[in-house]
This record gives sequence, C-alpha cells and structure tokens, in this order.
Amino acid sequence: MTRIMAQVGMVMNLDKCIGCHTCSVTCKQTWTNRRGVEYVWFNNVETRPGQGYPRRYEDQERWKGGWQLNRRGALRLKSGGRLKRLASIFSNPKLPGLDDYYEPWTYDYDTLISAPPMDTVPVARPKSMITGKDMEIRWGANWDDDLGGATENGHKDPMLKGIEDQVSFEFEKAFMFYLPRICEHCLNPSCVASCPSGAMYKRSEDGIVLVDQDMCRGWRMCVSGCPYKKVYFNHRTGKAEKCTLCYPRIEVGQPTVCSETCVGRLRYLGLFLYDADKVLAAASVENEQDLYEAQLDLLLDPNDPDVIEQARRDGIAEDWIEAAQKSPVYALAKKYRLALPLHPEYRTMPMVWYIPPLSPVVDALANTGHDAEDQGILFAAIEAMRIPIGYLANLMTAGDVAVVDGVLRRLAAMRSYMRDINLGRDPDESIAQSVGLEGEDLYEMYRLLAIAKYEHRYVIPAAHREAAEALEETPGCSLDYDGGPGMQGAHVDRKGPIPVSIESFHLAKQRASADQHAGLPEAGGER
Amino acid sequence: MSTTNRIDDPIVDGLISARSFLTRSDVSPDHRVVHEVGGREGDIFYRDRWSHDRIVRSTHGVNCTGSCSWKVYVKDGIITWETQQTDYPSVGPDSPEYEPRGCPRGAAFSWYTYSPTRVRYPYVRGVLLEMYRAAKIANEGDPVKAWAAIADDEESRRRYHSQRGRGGLVRASWDEALEIVAAAQIHTIAKFGPDRVAGFSPIPAMSMASHAAGARYTSLIGGTMLSFYDWYADLPIASPQIWGDQTDVPESADWWNASYLIMWGSNIPTTRTPDAHFMTEARYKGQKVVTVSPDYADNTKFADEWMPAAPGTDGALAMAMGHVILKEFYVQRQVPMFMDYSRRFTDLPFLVSLRQREDAWVPDRFVTAADLGVEEDAAEWKPALIDGRTDAPVIPHGSIGFRHNESGMGKWNLNLDGIEPVLSLFSDNSESVAVDLPRFDIGDAGSEQGSIIRRGVPVRRIGDRLVTTVYDLLLAQYGVGRVGLPGEWAGEYGDASSLYTPAWQEEITSVPAETVTRVAREFALNAEQSGGRSMITLGAGTNHWYHSDATYRAIIALVLLTGCQGKNGGGWAHYVGQEKARPFTGWAQLAFGLDWSRPPRQMAGTSYWYLHTDQWRYDAFGADDIATPLGTGQFAGKSCADTLAQAVRMGWTPGSPTFDRNPLTLAGDAQKAGLSPADYVVDELTSGRMKFAVEDPDAPENFPRVLTVWRANLLGSSGKGNEYFLHHLLGTDAALAAEESPPEKRPADVVWHDEAPVGKLDLLVSLDFRMTSTGLFSDVLLPAATWYEKYDIASTDMHPYIHAFNAAIAPPWQARSDYDTFTRLAEVFSEMAGPRLGVQTDVVATPLTHDTPTEIGQPGGRVLDWRAGECEAIPGKTMPSLAVVTRNYGEIAEMMTALGPNVENLGTVVKGVTLKQQNSVDYLRTMNGVARGGVADGRPLLKTAEQACETILTLSGVSNGAIAVAGFQALEARTGVELADLAREHEGKQITFADTQSRPQSVITSWEWSGSEHGGRRYSPFTINVERGKPWHTLTGRQHFFIDHDWISEVGECFPTYRPPLNLAALAGYPTIGEHGESHVVVRYLTPHSKWSIHSEYQDNLFMLALSRGGPDIWMSKEDAEKIGVKDNDWIEAHNRNGIVVARAVVSHRMPEGTVYMYHAKDRTIGVPRVEKTGKRGGIHNSLTRLLIKPTHLIGGYAQLSYGFNYYGPTGNQRDEVTTIRRRSQEVQY
Repeated sequence: MTRIMAQVGMVMNLDKCIGCHTCSVTCKQTWTNRRGVEYVWFNNVETRPGQGYPRRYEDQERWKGGWQLNRRGALRLKSGGRLKRLASIFSNPKLPGLDDYYEPWTYDYDTLISAPPMDTVPVARPKSMITGKDMEIRWGANWDDDLGGATENGHKDPMLKGIEDQVSFEFEKAFMFYLPRICEHCLNPSCVASCPSGAMYKRSEDGIVLVDQDMCRGWRMCVSGCPYKKVYFNHRTGKAEKCTLCYPRIEVGQPTVCSETCVGRLRYLGLFLYDADKVLAAASVENEQDLYEAQLDLLLDPNDPDVIEQARRDGIAEDWIEAAQKSPVYALAKKYRLALPLHPEYRTMPMVWYIPPLSPVVDALANTGHDAEDQGILFAAIEAMRIPIGYLANLMTAGDVAVVDGVLRRLAAMRSYMRDINLGRDPDESIAQSVGLEGEDLYEMYRLLAIAKYEHRYVIPAAHREAAEALEETPGCSLDYDGGPGMQGAHVDRKGPIPVSIESFHLAKQRASADQHAGLPEAGGER
Repeated sequence: MSTTNRIDDPIVDGLISARSFLTRSDVSPDHRVVHEVGGREGDIFYRDRWSHDRIVRSTHGVNCTGSCSWKVYVKDGIITWETQQTDYPSVGPDSPEYEPRGCPRGAAFSWYTYSPTRVRYPYVRGVLLEMYRAAKIANEGDPVKAWAAIADDEESRRRYHSQRGRGGLVRASWDEALEIVAAAQIHTIAKFGPDRVAGFSPIPAMSMASHAAGARYTSLIGGTMLSFYDWYADLPIASPQIWGDQTDVPESADWWNASYLIMWGSNIPTTRTPDAHFMTEARYKGQKVVTVSPDYADNTKFADEWMPAAPGTDGALAMAMGHVILKEFYVQRQVPMFMDYSRRFTDLPFLVSLRQREDAWVPDRFVTAADLGVEEDAAEWKPALIDGRTDAPVIPHGSIGFRHNESGMGKWNLNLDGIEPVLSLFSDNSESVAVDLPRFDIGDAGSEQGSIIRRGVPVRRIGDRLVTTVYDLLLAQYGVGRVGLPGEWAGEYGDASSLYTPAWQEEITSVPAETVTRVAREFALNAEQSGGRSMITLGAGTNHWYHSDATYRAIIALVLLTGCQGKNGGGWAHYVGQEKARPFTGWAQLAFGLDWSRPPRQMAGTSYWYLHTDQWRYDAFGADDIATPLGTGQFAGKSCADTLAQAVRMGWTPGSPTFDRNPLTLAGDAQKAGLSPADYVVDELTSGRMKFAVEDPDAPENFPRVLTVWRANLLGSSGKGNEYFLHHLLGTDAALAAEESPPEKRPADVVWHDEAPVGKLDLLVSLDFRMTSTGLFSDVLLPAATWYEKYDIASTDMHPYIHAFNAAIAPPWQARSDYDTFTRLAEVFSEMAGPRLGVQTDVVATPLTHDTPTEIGQPGGRVLDWRAGECEAIPGKTMPSLAVVTRNYGEIAEMMTALGPNVENLGTVVKGVTLKQQNSVDYLRTMNGVARGGVADGRPLLKTAEQACETILTLSGVSNGAIAVAGFQALEARTGVELADLAREHEGKQITFADTQSRPQSVITSWEWSGSEHGGRRYSPFTINVERGKPWHTLTGRQHFFIDHDWISEVGECFPTYRPPLNLAALAGYPTIGEHGESHVVVRYLTPHSKWSIHSEYQDNLFMLALSRGGPDIWMSKEDAEKIGVKDNDWIEAHNRNGIVVARAVVSHRMPEGTVYMYHAKDRTIGVPRVEKTGKRGGIHNSLTRLLIKPTHLIGGYAQLSYGFNYYGPTGNQRDEVTTIRRRSQEVQY
C-alpha cells in the first residue's frame, strides 16, 4: 500500500554558510518581533562546536524530546506515553526555562537624548525585557558565536560525546562551522504527537507543521516533545508558536523569508513526494544508523511513472508533480546524496536537510600529508580536515562516519574535477569514478551547488486552493490582529519595555505625528 | 493497523482516535500525526502578520561597500521590516548571480525608524542656548554679534566646552538651530577666514546627494572639506605609489573567475557579507582558497589552508613568497607570460642609476631622457630602458612626460613600437657591483632603522652614470642570486638566517616555511596555467598598520610578478571602506561646487586631526627614527609635525587653515601693496611676515572654529586618538594619560606653546538620525531622515550597479534629509551673510595635484625647500598653487540650488579628461526645470535630492553613454590607441534616476575607471591598461616596483620590503607585549571590523546586540585570560597612555596569545560602565589609539606621488598599538 503525500523540504548547504545571521534577523523582524516572544528565534544560527539555543537542546537524556523505541521495538515518545504526560500537564519538568534560552533585554536608549547635565557621558544601560529592571547580560541567543567562551563552555556541547579525544579547544586545532536551524517540519513530528489539545497539525497539502492558535491551550507539551526545541511558548498569549515555513509566502509560490534573504545562497526549497504509509516503519528501524537510509527510502522518485500515477490518484496536482521533478532538495538529498538529516536518531524524520561542511586542513598534516612537488594535489584529503568527521556524524548520521565521509568525498571530487575544466583542460573522468559517479553528475552537482539561480534554488508550486478564500498574499484588513494597529492599542501592554516593532505601530505613529515624545519620559526635553 | 504500531496506552489511544471523528482532522491511522488542510481560522494570525500595503526600494547609506538594494515593507504608513531585493541584472548563465545582497546589519535597519535612540528634533547644548538667547537680547537681536560675544569670551567658551558630552541637550526650533550655525560660520569667516569652517562627511558613494549637499554648501562658502579615505586608513597608500590610482578593484562577481584566491587580512564573510557567496561558490569550480589571518577568522572556515601569520608580519610572508616566485619562475625557469607582462606593464626593465656610498653603491634614480642628453619636452619625466634590438638606451612612450604637453599627443601609450625592453643587464661577462640595501628585520634594539645587507647587481655605464635595471635591483632586494654577482645571497629555502627565505619568515610569522613555499609556488603556477587568474583580497588586517604601504607593495608584487593584474579573476582586491562613487564626474561637480567656483578647499583628514587635536604634541619619535642607515639625513632633527609643515609649504599636501591670516584679506592687501595676490602671498611668505597655519597650529588664529559632521560618527567611531579630540579640540573631560614629547623630540619648525590649547572648536554641529558620541558631544544636533525616508543614489565597488534610495515614508517628527537641511541652511546663511559679508575675494592655496600638469612640478623626486633657500618659491611648482576666488555670500543659496555655468564653460575635469558638457546642461534644463531670476537665472535646478541625482547621472560617463564615449575620445587623442569602442555599445543609453528607482542599473564602461564591462564582462581594474596599452597614471606609465623619491629612499622603501610593526616599547616607552603580572597583561590591541556592526552603525541596534554579547567586549586568548584570572564575560579594563576602555572579556581559543581584538567600532553609548578608578565613562575602541604620521605619505609634486583628495595623504593607521589589560571589580556602575 502506498499513499503519496507532498512535503515542502529545505536543504541548507553548511559548506556555504557564512554565519551571518541575516536569516535570523529577517525572520525575527517578520515573525517574532513582538511581546511575548522576545526571546524567540524561529530561525537561529549556532556556531558549532557550541551549546546551541536553547542551551544543550540536543541533550535528550535531559529533555526527552523526540521518539524512542520501547523494549518491544515500538515507537514511543521519549517523554513517555500521553497518559503520563497528561498527568504532568501542570508541572512539566522537561520544559527549558528562560535561563536555557536567555533573558531578553533592551536598553534605556532614551537617556542618551534626555539626560540632564551630568558628571560624565550618558549611557544606555541594559534592561530586562521581562521585568523591565536593570540587568547584567550573562547569556544570549547566540552566546557561543564564533567560538566565544568556548574554552570554558565548549565541552558542554552534547555532540562531543564519544569524540572527546578528537576535539580540544586549542588555537592550533580550532575549527568551527555554523548551523542555521528552523523547524524541521518532520514527517513524524513528535510535537504534534505530544499535543494534548490537538492544536498541532501537519498540513496535508505541503507537510508544514503548525499550531492552531485557536485550539492551543498552552500545555507546552509540544515544547518539550520537540527534540530540536523549535516550538516556543508565547508567555503573553499563553500559546505555542513555531516556524510556519512562511506558509503565507509558500502558498503563493514564494520562498520562505529565511531562504530568500540567505545571502550565502545556501538554502534550497522544493518538494519531496513520500510514502506516508511507510513513515512509521521507517521511524521504527532498530539501528539508529539505519534511520538515514530509511528516511531516504521514503522519498519517492518523482520521475517514476508508477509514482506519478499514484500521486495523481492521491490528489496531487499536476504542477506539483512537475515541481517535484524539478525539486532541488530531492536532487541534493536523494539523487546526489549530499544532504543529510539533522539528528535522524530522534526518529522524527526531519525535512530540513544539511550538506556537511568541508574545512581547512590542519597545518601539521598539510606539511607532512602533502607532496609539495606534486602540483596536481591542491585540495586536502578528507582525513586532514580540521572538523573531526565524528562531530559531523554525531549531528547528521547518528554517528555513522562513513556516510559523512562519502558526502565529503563527493564534494571534494567535484572540486578536483571542476578544476581541470576551470583551467581549460580535459576533465579527468577517473575522479568521478572514484566516488561512484559520472563526470556529468559532478558537473550537475556543481551547477546546483554553485550557480543555481533563484528559480532553481526555490521550486515552489503555488497552493491549489481555488475554492478556499482569502489566500492572496494580502487579505482583507491587514491590521486587525493582536497588537496590530487595527486593535487600537487595546492589547498593547504599556508596562515594561516594548520592542520597537510592528507591535508598537500605533504608538510609533502617534510619535511620528506628535510634536512631543509620546509615552516616553521627557526628562531632557524642552525646558 | 496492527496493535504493535500503536504508540500509546489503549485508553488514551481511544481518546485520541475518538477525536478523529469529532474534528475534520485527518489523524494518521497510527495516531502518530494529525493532518489538516491549511488556510483555516487558526492560521489567520500569521497571514495577517505577513500582509503589507506596499514595498519600496531603498538601500543603506552606510560605509560598508555593500550598497545592497532592499525591499522596505510599509503597512499603514509605518515601516515594518525589510528583505533583500533579488532583481539585479544577470551576471550571465555560467555564474552565480548577485541576488540576494544584504546582511544582518541591513536587515535590522528599520529598527532605527521608531527607536528610542532616534533623534527627533533639533537639539542645542543647554548652557550654550541659554547664553545665546541672552547674548542675542543684549545685542539687539543680532545673531552674529550674539555668537561673537560668546565665542570670543574665554569664560563663556569654557562654560559650554566643558559641558560637551555630558548630557544637557535641549530642544530648539529648526530656525533657531540653523541661525546659530549660520551665525557662527559668518562670524568665523569674517574674523578668521572661511577656511576655519570645515565639513566632514565620508564615502560619497553610500548616498551621493546627501554627501554632495553638505560638501557643496561648505565648498561654496569657502570652507574646508576634510578627506576620509586616508583618514580612515582605508586608503592603501601602495595603490597610488604603484598605479597612480586611488584604489581600483574587481567587483565581487570576478572572484568567481579566479582559480586561486588568497584572502589576506580580509575577512570576507564578515566584512563583505553579501558577496561572500562568490568565494564559497568558486571553490566548487575548483578554486583553491587560502587565508592569512592571525586568528581563526570566519573566512578560515572556507579555506583549504590557513596561514596564521602573527599580526603585522604579513610583509615578511609576502617577501618570502616573492623570493620563491622570483627564484623559480624568473631565474631558474623563465615563464614567457610573466616575462612578457613584466616588460610591457611594469617598470622592471627601466634603468636606474646607482650612487656610490662608502665602499658600495645604492640605488639612486630612474635614468631619464634628460640624463641621456635628449633635448625634448619634459625630458626629466621620460625614463629610459635598454632596447634589446640595439642594446642601447631608448625612451619608450607612455611615461608621464608624454601626458601633459602638446608634443605628447598620441604618444601616451604602452605600445612598444618594436622596442624589446631588456629586463636584466646580467650576462656571463657583465660587469657587476655591490649594492647596499636596507633591511628592517634586524638592527639596533629599540630602533626602527634596521640594518643593511650587501648584495650585487649587473651594471653598465651610460655617460658618467653606473646603471642597472629595476629588475636586477629587485632580484637583489629579494636576495635571489645569480652566479658571479657580489654580495651576500640567500641560501636554501630552509636557511632561516638568510633574509627573505621561507625559513626566515617562519621565525617572524610562525607560518611553516614549507607551507609558504608551496603556496607561493601554487599561486604562480596557477597564474601561469590560468592566464593570470590568481587573486589576493586584502583588507584592514593588512592595511591599517603604520607601514602598510610597505606590506602592500610586498603583497601586490606577487600579482604583478605573475602577470595577474589587469586580468579578470586576477590581481589585487582591496576592500576597505572603498565604496566606488561610480558616477564620479557628476558627483564631484556637485559636491565641491565646481560648477560655480574653483578650486575648492580640501584638506587631508589625518593631517588636520593630527594638528588640531594636538596629537603632534605627544609624538615620542621623530621622522629620522624610521629612516634607514643608508639615508642621507633628510629627516635629521625633524619631528613628524615638521615634515608636515615642510610638505605643506613645498606644495605637496594641503594645509588648512592655510595661512596665519584671513585669506579674505590677502587680495585687498596685495592691491594696497601694488602686487598680484600670488606675488603678494609669495612675498609675505618668503619674507617671513606671513606663515602657514600649520607652522603654528596652537595659535588661536589658526584654530578650526566651526565643524559640521554628517553621515559620520567622528567621536564614537573613526576618530583615532579619541581622548585627544575630547581634550584639545572640544575642551571637555578626557582620559588622556600621555606625556607630551620630551624637549629633544619637539618640532624644530612648528611653534611649541608651553600651554596646549584646551577647547579649540567654537561650534560642533552634527546631523544624524540616531544618538552617537558625535551627537552627544555636539553643540547643535539636527535630526536627519533615515535611509528609508529620502531620495538618493548609491553604488559600490562590489557590484557594477547604481540604484536608488526612496522615501518609504516622509521623515517623521522634525527630521529632514541632509539635502533639505543644507539647502535650508544655505538660505538662512545667505540671508544673514549677504548684508554682513557681501562680496569677498578669497585666496585659495592648493597643492600640486595628481592628474593635472602640476604633478610634474618637482623632477627626480628631489626635495628642494624654498624656505631653506634650496630653490625659488614658485606657486604651482615649488610651493602651493594660488588662486583667487570671488565669493558673493548673499548668493550662496541660489548657487546651492542650481547647476552653475562652469560645467559647459570650463568643463568637467576628471582624471585629466576635460569635457565641456553643453548637451548635458541643456538636457538637465528640461529634466529638472530652471531657476528664475538671480545669479542662477536659467540654470538647471538642484532644489531637491532627486534633481541632484538626475544631475549626477547625466554628467557622468558610467551613467551617460555619450559622456563615456566623449571622454574616451579625448583619451584617444592623448594616447593614440582605440578606446571609444568600449563605450560605444551604450552611446545612446542614459540612466535616469527613475531607472535606478525601478531596479539596479548596470553601469557603462567609462574612462572614469580603468576596467571594462564591455559586452557584459565583469569589472576588473586595469584591464583597459593591459588590453589597450593605456598607461597607468605613474611616472613610467607602468606599474611601479621602484620609487625613487628622496624621502622614500630615506626610509628605505624604494622597493617592496618587510617592515615590522612599530616597536612602541622601544620607541615610545610602552610596556612590552607579553609582559604580565598577576593583575595585568600587555597585549597587541587590534580593532578589526565587526560582525555585528558597520563601524558604529548598528552596534546600538537591538537585534545586533541580542545576537552578540550585548555591550562592549574585547576578545582575548585563553592564555592571556588565564594570566590575569579572567573568565569569559568578566569585566576588564584596557588602558594605555591614550585612554581607558571598560569591556567584557570574550575568551576564546580562536584568538592567538598576545593579541586582543576590540571589534571596530564600539561607541560609548551602549552598556559602557564607568571606569573603576576615575568614575568617568569608559572610552570607545579608539580611546586606546592615536595618530602616527608617516612622512612619506606627505610627498607630493612627483608624478603619482602627488596630492589628490582621498588619493594620497597620511593614513590614520592604528594597529601598531599596545594595551594593558587588567581584571577589574565585577561590580560596575553606570
């Protein structure tokens, strides 16, 4: 039995990520720049090695996110059965606290302008966005950035488990890479399964996982159930919120904000067709290191006539099937096997995939491992690279080093192969053969990884909801939402610092047209 | 469904499955997942959140070379957020595109619009405003008299000077604020002269109309515009030295064409964020990537290899690479492509005379036609080489002697006309002599002078001269020996005792010799195999050092020797603050008011601040301290300030204020004396009755009086020696701990006042939309429109497009665009100044200027000082040019807002190309409309920023095909080579402002730049020179390895060399790096560009603060942290003689021991505590730095070594600095 469903998936090429956090900022500006979610970053970027956000979220021994197999080999939420969790609804010990994220802050900027004559230069000091009081900043959303504090905190990275001997926080052996993260929009989402209210769901047409804001009762089981900690609690509305994969954009064929604004050009969006009836079995394979292959097996060849036929029967529209055939994420994940799932061992079948990074060679090895006389050898051997391959394997293959090694070899082979072409020489087909590919494959990989233009990186069919209402990008009154200007400030809580944001539209507008600062102290004003 | 697939207890399972019948949800049979069709009520929140009313194109006018086009989202008249535009014209089918361009800083910009740090109203320092209002009443309401009463009274001055930066700003109306500014300017012009009024605004390309507005106003009233590129130390002095070009670099898409890339002190992911992808992607095409960085920088993540050279030792690494390349690719094997390139495009074949010194010889000067006894025009400016066909000296075309005279028409080109330039005089039976060359790696302890190494060169005799070639001397310099030559030569690569070998550099840089050897070899071999596609990107990490010119020359030598410069995918790629104002011609006309009056007053920023913030009084070393023992004593007894004074009077570099008199009085006095103004000035100067102001900068008549800063944060970001600014210039609190120069180090020429002035500046005015230190210290602060609230244009060197700023909303509160502020100020000023100043005659002194005939003023690079009687004082030759400019102060507003007649009468003059643009003016009359009545009757209007943008685009070749063609045609006449075809494909194309508003517009290939975009190719500098034989703007017309100026010789930098970072411990009594106790450690203090700000912009932005450590921080190694017991995030204090910084430590193994980073630029406005001991606010990153003048940056009057605004001048370098770090009490006070 096969039941084909479509899933919008994403691939991020970590080998291209420059760690700039533009994705985080554009996402935050668009979605979570409001009260109640000050600390929330639907999209964040972590420097690895590092603890991530929230701290040590990957430590499932503590957080119990995701799934596990019970003694009988059956898939169970790691946090226990639903009865157990219903019983603990009012005290959820597996919930990260604000400290695990960070206490969001702002500054009393206004002092700079309004300060009366004083003995030294005025300064804007930090204020908690939660309490409104003075605070000292001790942790943030991106505290580990560029290995900051790694000499003290680096060992707390859960991914070092088992490879402690390969990583030391010494200048000579420094390495790092960046890991941008959004919701995985899993095929087997443990957050959805964790929700006692039935407020979470996976959209049948495109697989986007959402929280129904009307139904959410704020139990927060989804927060603890998600092993990636990508469901957040809005402390003001009392409801869960999460990355929506920018569905208002996806529905009209536009890429997510994080994708379109990615200046590293490392994100790809496209469709997977998968066999929905086999998800449970795939998530239930015994050996964690087999989960990657099991997940790949779920992905169906969109050019296979049988698959096309079945997809049609399952109500997938023709243009969606065509989109699936042009899907860059299918090519990267399945065809070239370059993209890997993040933490397959969580058994959620995540649908945001990652191409692992190449990295510089360790100098000591470069000196001995290179034949300085042989000019042909320009690129380092995989073994000589700075990022311990075991670290990448812990992230992406449940520790299976061989899979990561294979990806890196294909990437390295592509570079060697292309170098000849670059220099106007005949390409060396043996390079392709050494990684089990044809030269044409390497060339296509190169086009996809290096050149792929906007329309090749983002292949998103528009939603087929002809019958549904209000699907245009800008529906009806755009202002009548909570805290929006249409609400006339009724919900604008004037106590405590207010993020400068969409939420303070009306306040801002009043200020814009007023002759005096509105709602702000006037200490240094006219006198 | 089998029961084993159930995931829950049966009871709960039952409950769940029951729900599947109660809702429309589709619960999977295994109860694992709930599927629902989207688009329901529960989703509406996010759909609404996303919705918006319109999207407006704009960009960010920040000094970052980004110039990215953005979509600004507007909802209900409110700016909400921004995302990047993706509609750049295509780069072509086989390249990645520019889309999207942007970075997190830009993505967070909209925060400023409504933020509490927004400057919403005009503010005036409270105590000053009180005094002003009282004085106005006391002076019958006369604003100028009121200002004079305050500014001329010591007690009043002290009162408001001492309050600067300490709160107490109060609101004023626009009218009152502008009245104060105009009054101060008018008083200053009348009492001291217009050159005592100055304007500072950097980087025009980042918003050309906004820059031009203030610069135009300042220039029209005769004020001084201050340079920024050299002041920011972003000017790579080596560029004018080698190429006669300020800086010209490839667009980022050309990285894609490189097959070998070294990122050298240039952290591309952080500082070129929007373009970094071209680098990551080119790797997939088989490009090899190498980084040179002292820390494990962000870009190292992408490198195949990392060469962690110790800070400031890059020159050593480059010299060793040059050694390998010369040895293996020039001597052991001769690569035809390299040889051919060197002969045609470099000065390597040119002849150099030798001068006897003790028992050996030293390089002296280029051998010129004059030396050969050839009698022709400009013979002293025509260097010679040996023609292989005749084995005799010959004068090839293309040198500067063919550039500025009638006889050179059609001959200023690199065509050899059959000449076969001989690179080396070496042969089996050639005569040879020993030459002594300077070295700086060793020498007397505590001296910067280094030592001498003896090598040898083949020579021959020409007349009474012993000559060799630049190439032969270069091999001697790099220690690459040939059999039979005398002197000491480098041994094997592994010989660490041999100068410039790979092993030698390892001891200095710590990069393994084998790595350096291999990378050098790969780099050259790649160039050979790819036709010159080896590239080096350079940045602040290599450029911000005292001796960065030497370092750069050593690095650039690598791309010249391998024939990579002027090739797509090859050459240097310097990216520091270099935003390319592509429509240069139009911008320059507007910005300096050239359409109405010439010449404008311009000043080298570093010299200005060095003098007027009195940093010169604290110099611990003099000019002779950096001279080589081979020198001839040019600097004996001279302080750096003395060299500046000398350079000003010899016409090399500008001085402003210029004379110790009001320049408005000179013409009148001349008339009384019966002399022409020029003769009178020469007379007064040579008689000693009048002095240059630079010779006595601390005399009150020579103070700068009124300064206006816009688009900049001088006091919170760029001001090196920040505490000196606060103390001497502003007269307020400062953490300055430095001691003044000891008597023996004080200037000989420049007057020393025992008591240094405190508080020179009468009025500091700034325009900004956010509150910075500059605003905090200003006397008048005017609210500026943000970049999303005005119209303007932007361009950059990173991409070949021009695109627009647009107002997404009108400026809120009382904010105004810079353009509107200055046009309004011009009105207020004219109204007040007309009756008071009327028409004045102004004598303007300008230095001998690059790309004009005065650049061939002082032949041979010989230093002749008229003051010392070494030559006659001749304006425009041995001293500054003198011009008389008439200023009608009542007409400033009319001139400000209309395009003047010089555009068609005198023509636009750029890079030596003059175009009388009648058609452009006629076109602008219809596009912009015309002024009615007054001095500007019938002239095209410039009342709005949109009109200014239209004018800039119309007058420039890159945006007006007809101008591009016309300029090339003018060059064709001079060069005799075909050029106009490069632009002809776009002759009828004209980019309008409306075009730039619709989407980014590709520029047209123009003579304003040196590369070609013809046929859609990527911009790479100097491709026109290499492909068409158009000379570089240098002495030889070629790219220079050798510089023969007296002062360059004096410091031992005739050739690329390695000069270590200044040893400030020995020179200035600093503590030694590495020295530490339990409570303190001494470290190198570097200020690299930040990931979380663009200079100080965005460092106060809440998003950037949330993603970083949220306040001031200093990155340090765990080793240094351990020495003083510092943990990550502990509060520390960094202090040296220049000032004190309070910050948190970020401890990371990414940092090398002995070096700390305080990322540029942390202003003192956000989360900076008080200093533990003094209780005063901690400083900015530049509180620990100060200016150090390198005298060779002052040279002028000698071909490419001539002054140009932002082209040549001393750099505001700051990386040689050292600081002491200590852990402070963890209890901080704000």
